[in-house]
Amino acid sequence: MSVLIKSAAYDPWQVLADFQQQRFGASAAYGATAVFTGTMRDFNEGDTVKAMTLEHYPGMTESQLEQLIDSAKSRWDVIDCLIVHRVGAINPAETIVVTAAWSAHRSAAFEACRFLIEELKHNAPFWKKETLGDDSERWVSENTPG
Amino acid sequence: MITIRYFASLREQLGKEQDQIDSADNMTALDAWNRANTGTKPPDNILVAINQSYARLDSPIGSGDEVAFFPPVTGG
Repeated sequence: MSVLIKSAAYDPWQVLADFQQQRFGASAAYGATAVFTGTMRDFNEGDTVKAMTLEHYPGMTESQLEQLIDSAKSRWDVIDCLIVHRVGAINPAETIVVTAAWSAHRSAAFEACRFLIEELKHNAPFWKKETLGDDSERWVSENTPG
Repeated sequence: MITIRYFASLREQLGKEQDQIDSADNMTALDAWNRANTGTKPPDNILVAINQSYARLDSPIGSGDEVAFFPPVTGG
C-alpha cells in the first residue's frame, strides 16, 4: 500500500523504514530515495498556533493520492512512491505529511518527490483548521506558494 | 436520489454535512446545489466533486450520484 492515512501521531522515519523493508527487502533495485516531510508549525500568519484539526474526504482523498503516484510513475522513471498524511487532531511538531520516491538515479526521485507534495497541496481534499493561542479557531484559506 | 456532501468551512457555514434530493432529467451539480440551498449562491472559489472525482458546477449528474462541495484544499 503506497498511500497511508494516519489518524494518530507517527514517526515518519519508522514508516519509511517499514515501507522500504516491505517493498524492497534486501534488494538493491534502487539507488536513490528522495523524501519530503511536512511538520506542523507552532505559528502561522504571525499568530501562535497551538493545535490543528485536519479534515479530509474519505475515499476521494485516497483515490486522489493514488492517482498522483500513478502520474509520478508515468512521468519519471521511479520504482515506487509513498504518501503518508495525517488526519484528525494534531499538535505542533508532529508530522503532517511524507512524500517519498525511489528510483535508480537521483533526478527522477527528486522530481517525483517534489511533484507529489506540490500536487497533493493543490488537489488532495484535506482542510486545516487552526486553534490559535487565544483558543479561537480559523480555517486555513489557502496554501503558501512554496 | 442524489446525495450532496459538504466539507470544512462550507459545512460549518451551511450548518449541515449532507443533503438528499430527488434527481431530475438534465441536472447539473449547480442544479443540485440550488435545489438544496435555495437562495444561497455557491462561493466563487467552490470546488466540486462527483462520485469522488473533480468536476465542475456545470457537470451533469444523475440518480445515485454523490456530489460534494468544498472550499480550496489546504493539506500537506
